[in-house]
Amino acid sequence: MAILVTPETKILIQGITGSFGGRHAQLSLDYGTKVVAGVTPGKGGQTFADVVPIFDTVEDAAKQTGATVSVVFVPPPFAADAILEGVAAGLDLVVAITEGIPVTDMMKVKEAMRGSKTRLIGPNCPGLVTPGTGKDSHGGCRIGIAPGYIHKKGNVGVVSRSGTLTYEAVWQLTTRGYGQSTCVGIGGDPINGTSHTDILKMFNDDPETEAIIMIGEIGGTGEEEAAAWAKANCKKPIAAFIAGTTAPPGRRMGHAGAIVSGGKGTAAAKIEALKDANIAVSPTPAEMADTLIRHWKK
Amino acid sequence: MNIHEYQAKELMLKFGVATPQGKVASTPEEAETIAQALGTDNLVVKAQIHAGGRGRGTFKDGFKGGVQLAKTPAEAKMFAGKMLNNTLVTAQTGEAGRLVKKVLIVEAKDIKRELYFAIVMDRATCGPVIIASQRGGMDIEAVAHDTPEAIFHESVHPLLGLHDYQARKLAKLLGLEGKLLGEAAKLFKNLFRCFIESDCSLVEINPLVVTKDDKVMALDAKFNFDDNAMYRHPEIVAWRDTDEEDPREVEASKFSLNYIGLDGNIACLVNGAGLAMATMDIIQYAGGSPANFLDVGGGASKEQVTAAFKIILSDKNVKGILVNIFGGIMDCNIIAAGIVEAARETGLTIPLVVRLEGNNVEAGKKTLAESGLKLITGNDILDAAKKIVAEVKKAA
Repeated sequence: MAILVTPETKILIQGITGSFGGRHAQLSLDYGTKVVAGVTPGKGGQTFADVVPIFDTVEDAAKQTGATVSVVFVPPPFAADAILEGVAAGLDLVVAITEGIPVTDMMKVKEAMRGSKTRLIGPNCPGLVTPGTGKDSHGGCRIGIAPGYIHKKGNVGVVSRSGTLTYEAVWQLTTRGYGQSTCVGIGGDPINGTSHTDILKMFNDDPETEAIIMIGEIGGTGEEEAAAWAKANCKKPIAAFIAGTTAPPGRRMGHAGAIVSGGKGTAAAKIEALKDANIAVSPTPAEMADTLIRHWKK
Repeated sequence: MNIHEYQAKELMLKFGVATPQGKVASTPEEAETIAQALGTDNLVVKAQIHAGGRGRGTFKDGFKGGVQLAKTPAEAKMFAGKMLNNTLVTAQTGEAGRLVKKVLIVEAKDIKRELYFAIVMDRATCGPVIIASQRGGMDIEAVAHDTPEAIFHESVHPLLGLHDYQARKLAKLLGLEGKLLGEAAKLFKNLFRCFIESDCSLVEINPLVVTKDDKVMALDAKFNFDDNAMYRHPEIVAWRDTDEEDPREVEASKFSLNYIGLDGNIACLVNGAGLAMATMDIIQYAGGSPANFLDVGGGASKEQVTAAFKIILSDKNVKGILVNIFGGIMDCNIIAAGIVEAARETGLTIPLVVRLEGNNVEAGKKTLAESGLKLITGNDILDAAKKIVAEVKKAA
């Protein structure tokens, strides 16, 4: 079943005519994903890559194509508005790829989304992939910017705050013969739509997911909360990796959310919480898949 | 981004946050004129650098103290003359110290009470939180640790902002009554408006003071801003003082590289922030010490890699380089060609270990192997980390 999206999910792309959005729209089409609409205000009526109709509004795009999921590639100053447009159109899921959205904008988005049926993933995330059954996992649902071919259909759920670290984990799994149910990047910003815990709950309830890799980093307490939830509730084996053991406090390590301040959000505290929850912690990023496989087959 | 004390003062004044009167000077003469205009015999002259610990700092010529009390305009001029164009070394600046280009001349206040007031963006509540305490003027983390009951927290609604009643409640908790209650509440409201409208991630007033003549004001303020929001604040960006930043970080930002200098001797060049942090970690795990954090982003173009090599090599501590790229969508062969050209252009002489993975990786490895350069290929991240640590140890 996978989580959040299946190969049948119809998606629309906000910002499809931008160079970044357009490039990844094409890669998703190539992967066999059902990209059914694009949205660029003022360019309604045009077509992307000769196959994808472009609309002026998300509401029109969703109504006319049946899209239920949106991917946001809109530049930072307009991204918060783009997310809220997807929410207002009643979509099931909005995935915000955009990096660099002001925190006060996300604070308002988060509050405005309270009580809505839409789930937000991101911002500042690689998106999510539910691999397909074809060659190099072709025919799956690729939302965002992850390389499709590194995946393989299977039973490991992957959730992460970082892009390339997710690809590392996925590639390690695939090259060892272990496929994935769904791989989700929740993003590296301090205020985001979906937490590690949210995704763990979904993986726990998903019959197709048998084991989980969770990748975290310094800053915030999302990993500690996920560990506490998993300790009490999760029935499936989890392996984790936390990046940032050597990061100096008070410095923003690339991601707006990756900062140790006031003694909070250290890698050591996170690793301790994970171990306490019987989660196998990979000592290095090179051993994420091996750590999971050992823990799982025990 | 950080700003100077005098700039923080300017920002607070703009939002009607009470703070002692004063102005910034670039010459001793200017300092004297400002002191005269202030019309008081109770003055403070403060060196303007970003680092803390100024009061206990020492100038390179032996003059002690970057914060001085002055009784007359002539004294203010004298102290300004000793500080300006002199280098101040404090516990936070490192040995190099910081050149003082400006001094702030302010009216010194007779203080009755010192309080603490801060606004931070809180991830847990996804909104601003106010932290206040009657124990101002000291290390607030120590207060929070020893006497948590002395710290008050108040969450602020993300859309509605700070309510009047919340501002009054905070004033009351800080022991402010009568005329001071209303005055403090007004200051808190104004400071909150400043926090939101300037896209701050932190505003810390330590101390917030009650003066002998019964006024509430911010004596010192620390501002941190949300870098992502600075595109809409050109007036704040104009305050950026690159002399106060690591020159390598300034250079890196010109090439959209995210670089942070550290103390170790093994430099790394990585695509993606999470993987870059993890690469620093694995260098330490393998027995080495990382010299930097460096995220080249998704593209890793030849220009970026060349610029990155130059910045890395400007750190004289660096004895080896580890390149770790997961080329998901980018062709590894193009990345490899970029690395080879960058290594040639910079005339690299120290050991270089490259670990490439992803799209078209075999062609990339071939390009590296046939380059004629003395570079070493890592099979995976751990293997690469072990190899660079061994190379650096061998060379030492």
